Amino acid sequence: MILKELSEAHGVSGNEGDVRSIVLDAVRDHVDGVRIDALGNLLTVKHGTDQDPMRVMLAAHMDEIGLMVVDHDDKGLLKVRAVGGIDARLLPGVRLAVGPDRIPGVIGIKPIHLVESDEMGKVTKVEKLMVDIGAKGKEEAQELAPLGTYATFATPYRELGPTVTGKAFDDRAGCAVLVELLRGDRFSFDLHGVFTVQEEVGLRGARVAAFAVDPDCAFALEGTIADDIPKEKDESPTTELGKGPAITVMDRSFIADRRLVRLLTGTAEELDIPYQIKQPGLGGTDAGVIHLAREGVPSATVAVPSRYIHSPAALLSLEDFDHTVRLMRESLSRLTRETLK
Amino acid sequence: MRELIRKLVESYGPSGTEEQIRDVIRAEVEPLVDDLRVDAMGSLIAHVEGNGSGTDEGHRLLLDAHLDEIGVMVTYIDEDGFARFTSIGGVSPLTCIGSRVAFEDGRVGVIHVDQKREDASKVPKLDQLYIDVGATSRDDCPVKIGEPAVFTRPFVAQGSRLISKAMDDRIGCAVLIELLRRLDGTPHDLYVVFAVQEEVGLRGARTSAFGIEPDMAIAVDVTGTGDTPEAKPMAVKLGAGPAVKVKDSGMIAHPKVRQLLLDRAEEADIPYQLEVLERGTTDAAAVQLVRAGVPAGCLSIPCRYVHSPSEMVDEADVENGVRLLLEVLQKPL
Repeated sequence: MILKELSEAHGVSGNEGDVRSIVLDAVRDHVDGVRIDALGNLLTVKHGTDQDPMRVMLAAHMDEIGLMVVDHDDKGLLKVRAVGGIDARLLPGVRLAVGPDRIPGVIGIKPIHLVESDEMGKVTKVEKLMVDIGAKGKEEAQELAPLGTYATFATPYRELGPTVTGKAFDDRAGCAVLVELLRGDRFSFDLHGVFTVQEEVGLRGARVAAFAVDPDCAFALEGTIADDIPKEKDESPTTELGKGPAITVMDRSFIADRRLVRLLTGTAEELDIPYQIKQPGLGGTDAGVIHLAREGVPSATVAVPSRYIHSPAALLSLEDFDHTVRLMRESLSRLTRETLK
Repeated sequence: MRELIRKLVESYGPSGTEEQIRDVIRAEVEPLVDDLRVDAMGSLIAHVEGNGSGTDEGHRLLLDAHLDEIGVMVTYIDEDGFARFTSIGGVSPLTCIGSRVAFEDGRVGVIHVDQKREDASKVPKLDQLYIDVGATSRDDCPVKIGEPAVFTRPFVAQGSRLISKAMDDRIGCAVLIELLRRLDGTPHDLYVVFAVQEEVGLRGARTSAFGIEPDMAIAVDVTGTGDTPEAKPMAVKLGAGPAVKVKDSGMIAHPKVRQLLLDRAEEADIPYQLEVLERGTTDAAAVQLVRAGVPAGCLSIPCRYVHSPSEMVDEADVENGVRLLLEVLQKPL
């Protein structure tokens, strides 16, 4: 399962090289063209069987949220800043892998014995946290983790039965879905499988990739919020684990093209593939910039529901993952120019 | 023009679900133009060939009005069949309570508010509101997650004032349709764009303008006024003429486009006002940044209670807006 390899790879925004290598190895023999663009996006193309094929772009982002070293103190502790949407509530005490050599580190925390009652339960800002890599003094810290060094969660991928846990399912789940699609049979259209950079810091890679690909339509593949944990009130879980791929109708970044949403839901209903509509109005994906490229690109987003995204350990259902691959494959095999008429 | 305005404002078309309003506009515009197409995002683009094309006098002009309107979208159906919702575009909770919304199939829902709130004197948040479509349970609720709806109110004409939902920006669409009806030749290569998804971020105008690559662009949209009780200071009022935009929070109008509108208004003795809008912007802001940049301006129809279900404009401002744009189109720049 490539999801394990992808989840354990390091690829905080701006530093996606390791993920790109894994993807490249996995798809190289199954595509007709491969290119890495100026920002680091991996653009692949798998030609279609039509004489005059459409151009369809599938995008999954390789980057994940993380931390960056910005300073070192005299004791050898590291100061860090967030890269992307890090939740400061989750950080104290968390284990990290720092830099390309994956130096083990821990985010320092005051022992409970010393915490005053009025400090209890308060969230420490990322700027106030210290990362300890065991360095003896400033110089050693600077040598081991120079300014600009990336750090990510040191979370192994584990199978828990039908579900799996690991870091960075947002969006390595989408990357894994795209890898599966590229490794399968050809479609009628030219499939432009694009693994993008820097989504978590502002959908940056996808913007330039979509300009280059100039597709007729596009799909963003994602790992999205599942908030199906017990709640006090009768309110939306956003998506639920085990209920199938989540289709976006509208989020903060775009409104999905209705024709593509109909293609997806119609295919799911025809083949009895479970699916769910993601709670509208939340989040944003690469589709937010892809649909505005050039003269506009009809776009949709399909995601594998994942609990605890943007945390050290997310959790998803492999059944949902498989259903997502199948829904995409079947929907794409039904996609023609007529779909967009 | 009243019947046209009524037809436009009473049509259904929240951002992203613009097929119905687009069909209404298409039927009006089709006999008036040389070519009509729908682009990838769904904007309707009408083309009128210039009678002076290829000469120094003709330019490629883009006129824009957005055809989408604000609305709401269902996010969750609770056990008892009440629908929670989010906004499509800028919707104020203050104008929601007691309002009715209509879904694409015409089904109507009533918006109300959670009674148990920590501080009931505070303006509620959108997630404290719900839509009641008359269902008794989640299972018999006829609407689904992801379904969009718009506010409903009948169109009313009272004296010279016109009142309705969705004046923003169906009144701009009306101005452009009426303009096409009256236009008897132009030296310019004219593209009239009825753009989608303005209310969620000026999205349709941006992609349409990329395709058209105009030499100049003018958006026709509504603007706020300062002529209501205890209003924030703003030198625009209803009935004093269409407003030529100087700046808003998203753009500074190109000085030459602004001057062109002022000159044509002066020459033809058409009343006008100057507009500085402190909050809000129009499609012109997106169009001016397309490709290598586009000189862009905006002609605004003054409108009270923008983004409420009862927006009010003055018929004379609408008429004078049409006249002013006609002056612009009939002469070389």
